[in-house]
Amino acid sequence: MNKITNNKAWFLVLPVFFIVAISAIIPLMTVVNYSVQDIFDPQTRFFVGTEWFEQVLGDSRLHDALIRQIIYTLSVLFIEIPLGIAVALTLPRKGWGVSASMVLLALPLLIPWNVVGTIWQIFGRADIGLGGYLINLMGIDYNYAQNPMDAWLTVLVMDVWHWTSLIVLLCYAGLRSIPDAYYQAAKIDGASRWAVFRFIQLPKMQSVLVIGVLLRFMDSFMIYTEPFVLTGGGPGNATTFLSQFLTRMAVGQFDLGPAAAFSLVYFLIILLVCWVFYTVVMNAGKQGEQ
Amino acid sequence: MQFQKRHIGLLLYILFLLVPIYWLFNMSIKTNTEILGAMTLFPDNPTLANYATILTDPAWYTGYINSMIYVGINVVISLVVALPAAYAFSRFNFTGDKHLFFWLLTNRMAPPAVFLLPFFQLYSSVGLFDTHIAVALAHCLFNVPLAVWILEGFMSGIPKEIDETAYVDGYSFPRFFATIFIPLIRSGIGVTAFFCFMFSWVELLLARTLTSVEAKPIAATMTRTVSASGLDWGVLAAAGVLTIVPGALVIWFVRNYIAKGFAMGRV
Repeated sequence: MNKITNNKAWFLVLPVFFIVAISAIIPLMTVVNYSVQDIFDPQTRFFVGTEWFEQVLGDSRLHDALIRQIIYTLSVLFIEIPLGIAVALTLPRKGWGVSASMVLLALPLLIPWNVVGTIWQIFGRADIGLGGYLINLMGIDYNYAQNPMDAWLTVLVMDVWHWTSLIVLLCYAGLRSIPDAYYQAAKIDGASRWAVFRFIQLPKMQSVLVIGVLLRFMDSFMIYTEPFVLTGGGPGNATTFLSQFLTRMAVGQFDLGPAAAFSLVYFLIILLVCWVFYTVVMNAGKQGEQ
Repeated sequence: MQFQKRHIGLLLYILFLLVPIYWLFNMSIKTNTEILGAMTLFPDNPTLANYATILTDPAWYTGYINSMIYVGINVVISLVVALPAAYAFSRFNFTGDKHLFFWLLTNRMAPPAVFLLPFFQLYSSVGLFDTHIAVALAHCLFNVPLAVWILEGFMSGIPKEIDETAYVDGYSFPRFFATIFIPLIRSGIGVTAFFCFMFSWVELLLARTLTSVEAKPIAATMTRTVSASGLDWGVLAAAGVLTIVPGALVIWFVRNYIAKGFAMGRV
């Protein structure tokens, strides 16, 4: 659609601009402000330049949290995207089953995040939870509160449980937009199941998958509430991800300077990855069309 | 709908989704002795006592009311400011539009943990700490950009000829917008409201930090009760089930638009 150039459109955007500016720019400025000062009390403060940044970037605990975060986010993406596509392919295309599966699939998305944590906290316990009980019954010594590996896996399974539906629903939206004629043509040509998927279904899902990967990347990179409720970041630091690390630093220890410096670095990492991914995929898409 | 082999996978997946939720529900209608005593798939003596505790104790049920209030305010604010903006993005080119759009989206990428402390200080300094409006405004940080994004997708699907015809017929912009355009994107507005509801309802970190007593959300009530009074599993489970109910109701209303809505109107 060719749009009209009209700068009066800014008036329509102003309300959004103001409300987001108030809730984004002012706090961000505060963070920047903290990140370059050492503050003892409101009257006594010193400009320290990049000292906090150097301290934070050299902090080995932070490196560990970052590595854990990256492994976690990659595992989440590698499990949820293929699983989501697979489930979306099995969804019925018409009939009462559509609404029913939509509602059931969307259910985990609407549960408050701390309740998700609570559900799995209960479910995974060996004494009162069905999941933990069954696993122990099979002779595997499973205890997410003590064993770092179990805690890690529980957090991962919880995330898959919680968020795969998002990918399923996105892919399903893409699949629904494929006209029946495409499938009929493929049938006449004797295309294999794989060929149908590769050349008809996957391209149609591409744009929604971009949204899906972006949302899952951002949200899993910022994950806080669910592991906080489930394991509290433990045992040890096994499930302490970046947000948790940051919250502990800012609210727990009140190290405002380093926390602010770290916040900025954190934000920039997400921004950079999203921007690179978005640009690369969009350029690839444009070349594909030409 | 006829049954096929591929549906087995779907059923297994849905089972995987439902079992933990069922277990929560199962626990919520058990007594604490039964929860801690034996592993039972169905409660021996189903009891509603846990629900009664929540629905009669103001400390519990005000949490639900508070959550509802700030979620409601947030949905209204998000829609009201996002509608004209989305229209502007879908219909006009203007100086800096692409940059503005990307900047809006970056706020969806900002970890709430980053904004925790500044928000706390900002709202405390203007006397809004522990009010519903503070939480509603804080949630605008990620909901407004999202609302603009989804609505823009839906609006771009409406042919521009409709606008032009209306102007030729002598409609003013506000009248056209309210009486013709908004009814046309009803489903888009419904889906947007659903998403705003969803992200505001499930968020805990900001909501908990910005409130203490007066506007405390149910999610915070749950975590605090757990740490304060030991673990009353039955009541905790009942509270959890009750937080799922509003979400389930909302999904039911938008079930036919969900697929399109999840694709942000962009398929």
